[in-house]
Amino acid sequence: MTDQATRAAGPAPSPQRAARDVPDVPKEPVFTTQDLNIHYGSFHAVTDVSMEFGKNEITALIGPSGCGKSTVLRCLNRMNDLIPAARVSGEVRYHGIELYGPKIDPIEVRRRIGMVFQKANPFPKSIYDNIAYGPRVTGMKVDNMDDLVEQTLRRAALWDEVKDKLKQNAYGLSGGQQQRLCIARAIATNPDVVLMDEPCSALDPIATLRIEELMAELRELYTIIIVTHNMQQAARVSDRTAFFTVKVNETTGDRTGGLVEYDRTTKIFENPSDQRTEGYISGRFG
Amino acid sequence: MRQSGRTRIAVDAARAGTESLERRGIDVKGELFRAVLLLCISIGIVMLATLLAYVIVAGWPRLDLSLFTEMPSTRDPNTSGFLPAIVGTLYVMIGVLVTTVPIGVSAAIYLEEYADSSKWYNRLIEVNIQNLAAVPSIVFGILGLAFIVRGPWGLGFVAFAGSLTLMMMVLPTVIIASREAIRGVPSTLRHASLGLGATRWQTVSRQVLPVSLPGILTGTILAMSRAIGETAPLLLVGATTFVRFLPEGLFDGAYSVITVQIFQWAMRPQEEFRTLAAAGSIVLVALLLLMNSVAIWLRNKYSRAY
Repeated sequence: MTDQATRAAGPAPSPQRAARDVPDVPKEPVFTTQDLNIHYGSFHAVTDVSMEFGKNEITALIGPSGCGKSTVLRCLNRMNDLIPAARVSGEVRYHGIELYGPKIDPIEVRRRIGMVFQKANPFPKSIYDNIAYGPRVTGMKVDNMDDLVEQTLRRAALWDEVKDKLKQNAYGLSGGQQQRLCIARAIATNPDVVLMDEPCSALDPIATLRIEELMAELRELYTIIIVTHNMQQAARVSDRTAFFTVKVNETTGDRTGGLVEYDRTTKIFENPSDQRTEGYISGRFG
Repeated sequence: MRQSGRTRIAVDAARAGTESLERRGIDVKGELFRAVLLLCISIGIVMLATLLAYVIVAGWPRLDLSLFTEMPSTRDPNTSGFLPAIVGTLYVMIGVLVTTVPIGVSAAIYLEEYADSSKWYNRLIEVNIQNLAAVPSIVFGILGLAFIVRGPWGLGFVAFAGSLTLMMMVLPTVIIASREAIRGVPSTLRHASLGLGATRWQTVSRQVLPVSLPGILTGTILAMSRAIGETAPLLLVGATTFVRFLPEGLFDGAYSVITVQIFQWAMRPQEEFRTLAAAGSIVLVALLLLMNSVAIWLRNKYSRAY
């Protein structure tokens, strides 16, 4: 399936500005971090991040390479656990529960907090099995898997493009469709939060717009946190934006990532209070 | 049209450039190197072809159905066959297969997916698997005799004792090949699965193993090929050179295998028995080729799905 065919199949995407009125601080925080520090071995990757992520909002994490934005994202569903040398200190609260508490099962955490990766990574199985995988492994009670698959694909605005080839291998889809399939797969288990790690960085502009539209729709049902290198994307889709940067210790020369400014997206892009934020979004550095 | 000075210079330069692109004689070193490489590969192929041709010519007169249906006989080479040895080989190989694959693949999964390689005992295991692969097969035969046939296990001289001995020998091959196959599975697949809330075991059994299956299969075939052609360790654990009856089962009764039977015939002075040995070799080679073909077919069938 080529991208051309994809374009013909769906409605023409239209760029839309998602600016919504959101309160100054999140009314109902899903995540709260307090003095979050993340180390990889002896490398201090992220220093002292304190912020709140609002329910049913899209929060964008932006900043130059090495600023720790992806690291923070991965720490929210304990994907950092997969890196043996990673160590998290400080507080990460999810609906008030300490995520790194001794009794917390990372697998249960990931069942509630889904993730979409930079490169589309569908399973080498049929489209149907890709969607059904999450419900199957989590032991979700499903009355009719066919209905669930259809519902999920409709929610991800992919149904019309794939309904005739559900049994075909997902690798036959175009890059953009594969990534939307990955988003669909992530929401099939009906998670609370969807984390997205640069989900559009490998896609063309049209596929990117499709995903942005999809995110705007999904916001009604899920809390979305997205890491992006694309500032226009952050401005287009997000309600709040957090700007991270690399901070260099004057005396030791050690580099570490940290949060500079976190506010409503309109505020960050129209009237940032920190000079570094202004420099970054106006393209002067980073 | 008159050319300006600058244009002429440009044209000259372009022509000089084109000329330097043309071939300058023959690249002697390059050609020589290619010839040497070709020679090396032909040595291998010619040897294999000669061997096959020799065995086929020598064994052809006895290559008939009675080879597969008759018991061996020292009195009459013309009606003597390989039946007990063929059945014995099948018994032994089935035993090797059902023990080696689960143990080898499980060990590979542990080392790749679960073991923390910073722990000393995991590193020790790893080094010793490499060492095990280099142990001469006769040593496994002695080990099998001491621990499996006699000693703590005391199975006696039965086909399964031969299976276990060969299993020890081919296990490292299966483990190493399976590890390679598992390592070849992209980590993005694991992350996708774990990110959906799958457990480690679900991730391994539903994503990693199916994708690495073709590689594991290839390693298993190689291991089986090595085991089926093995003679020395089996001589020690009771693949008796001469049985005129079929093995009663994996755990009962004396057995023989094709390689040992060939060895037995080849030792005899009479020309007829040598012919018989050659005919047995053809059967062995054919069996090997058949096994490999089935495995390659299986592998292609699975890899086409992805």
